[in-house]
Amino acid sequence: MTLDSGQQEKMDTFIQQIINGLTIGSIYALIALGYTMVYGILRLINFAHGDIYMVGAYAGFMLATALGFAVNPSVFGFIVTLLGSMTIAAAIGMAIERFAYRPVRKYSKMTTLITAIGMSLLIEYLFVFIFSGTPRSFPQLLPNENYTLFGNATISTSQILIFVVSLLLMIFLQWIVYQTKIGKAMRAVSYNINSAKLMGINTDFVIAFTFALGSALAAAGGVLTAQYNPKIEPLMGIITGLKAFVAAVLGGIGNIPGAVLGGLLIGAAETLVVGYGSYIGVPSTYRDAVAFAILILVLLIRPAGLLGTNIQEKV
Amino acid sequence: MKKFCVSLLLLSIFLSSCVQKNGTAINNNNGNTIKIGLFADLTGQTSAFGQSSKNGAQLAVDEINATGGVVGKKLEIVIEDDQGRPEQAKTVVSKLINQDKVQVILGEAASTNSLAAAPVAQEAKIPMVTHASTNEQVTQVGNYIFRICFIDSFQGSVMAKFAANNLKAKTAAIIGDVNSTYSKGLTEVFEKEFTNLGGKIVSKQSYTQNDPDFKGQLTTVRALNPDVIYIPGYYGQVGIIAKQARELGMTMPLLGGDGWDAPEIWKLGGEGLKNTFISNHYAADNPAPEVQNFVKSYKEKYGVQPDSMAVLAYDAVKLLADAVKRAGGANSEKLRDAIAQTKDFAAVTGKISINEKRDAVKLAVVLELDPSKSAYLYKETIYPNQ
Repeated sequence: MTLDSGQQEKMDTFIQQIINGLTIGSIYALIALGYTMVYGILRLINFAHGDIYMVGAYAGFMLATALGFAVNPSVFGFIVTLLGSMTIAAAIGMAIERFAYRPVRKYSKMTTLITAIGMSLLIEYLFVFIFSGTPRSFPQLLPNENYTLFGNATISTSQILIFVVSLLLMIFLQWIVYQTKIGKAMRAVSYNINSAKLMGINTDFVIAFTFALGSALAAAGGVLTAQYNPKIEPLMGIITGLKAFVAAVLGGIGNIPGAVLGGLLIGAAETLVVGYGSYIGVPSTYRDAVAFAILILVLLIRPAGLLGTNIQEKV
Repeated sequence: MKKFCVSLLLLSIFLSSCVQKNGTAINNNNGNTIKIGLFADLTGQTSAFGQSSKNGAQLAVDEINATGGVVGKKLEIVIEDDQGRPEQAKTVVSKLINQDKVQVILGEAASTNSLAAAPVAQEAKIPMVTHASTNEQVTQVGNYIFRICFIDSFQGSVMAKFAANNLKAKTAAIIGDVNSTYSKGLTEVFEKEFTNLGGKIVSKQSYTQNDPDFKGQLTTVRALNPDVIYIPGYYGQVGIIAKQARELGMTMPLLGGDGWDAPEIWKLGGEGLKNTFISNHYAADNPAPEVQNFVKSYKEKYGVQPDSMAVLAYDAVKLLADAVKRAGGANSEKLRDAIAQTKDFAAVTGKISINEKRDAVKLAVVLELDPSKSAYLYKETIYPNQ
């Protein structure tokens, strides 16, 4: 079958939109992993997680500026900035768990949830206070090139980075959870925290480790996004965090492959709304509404999410 | 429950006292200073506008006070931060009027925020002069609301003319900010004017300030391959839109308005800002002595090139001082009339006359962006009713 030029162009446009959608979808997936792991272990929705994504972007910004990578783009600079901001975010994530969530963990789940909301606002406005709300531009750490895939569909270095780095991180996470001792402990705690404790697992450590892991992934998302869309500001984590949360629920909260699937789906769905919504009378600015409409649908039709299993709540 | 009732009672007493304050007439011509209340976005998404406005206004006040002030009184600026949020703009303007007792309000840059605050000034009969809100509706709020910049119907038509006449564009796409009154107004005018000049709008896309990327909208536009793209937004987004458009291999000229003019745009847009043009209030490379004197003293004081918000705030204070002189004081009614009668006031941004709609009639310039020097190059001056 041969396509005429008009069809070819439509096809190119469609493929381009899918690439655009999967780019932001990968970011949502990275953040969604943190939501889903913490939920899997503590049954807590960590609302401050979206802000950790922002903290990661700012940490990368400070590092790149302080170490001079902003002026001389290099692969080394990018890796140092990425790992550095992941480390800083992991430390902050652990500190939040240690000083905000652990003291209230013994009370009802609602108490921890409210604490998480408070924590989120605290981080946001602390950053507004320190850095002011003005958008800052994140330096380009690697020279940005564009590659033509075929026809008109192009992909930029920053998009390739997002795909490659997030894929590597997801494989790494899979390895930790299923191949290592700490991963086994995480699964045990997620299965039943009290039994795990009786088996001699240091649950406090496992929980802290989970927060560190999730926060590092979110920070990686922050640095990667900032390479793609260099505007960073203290409230950037709110909407992105919410959408990542929707992604986690969509995939089945507590389920790691589900979070990745959910992230990619939300990213693709909202880009398709921007690209093709106008044909069916949906303006492009409804992209945010789509994520939440999907959430409502999933909760109605399949409350456990796409890959989630129904867990009987113990009474 | 009892506690709740008591606190509710206290709250209602507090609120009613606020309302009473609002109702009292304000008439304080006494004292040795004339207070100008400036409300601006100092910490929000458009805070570059706020900071520049503050600097420009302060420079004008310092210059006026150094030469003895106006009608024997010194000028004083009271600044409030509205965080770029309309509801906050309303609150801080009532604070400026009721608590700080300012005699005149200056601000805001963003039309959405000016529109939110204008009714408060109108109700209190305190003259409000916006230096940079270009949306038509702002001065329609009432007879105490003025502006010293051109309006969107003029600004949008300037770019439509430039696209059709200078760039010989036949087709255009528009990508606008859906939550901004400014952007919506410009979109409307550009579309109308460009169509009148024989052009065709092939696509209208929109975005919000929190969108994670703009490639979705841009890819749709790319498929239609317009001659130019008009992007009437603010600097926080337009720089990235330009960058991502170039990433998608779109090389056509991008057009914008004064919302692009902030130092941050160079970092956000980078090389993507090649082949882009904006309408603006003044050209910093204009050799006229009044422009160069201003640019020099601003650079001496703040170390940066003044953007259009800075020069407009400066002009606004100078124009206000002139009006106070003609009114013989800051009596709200007399001052209002004096501002309304402004004719051919020689400002840095050109001669300003206030018309019966309380809008300024003045020229606009078209500038080309040069990312390699982070500079705006003068292209053309367009006068009203031409």
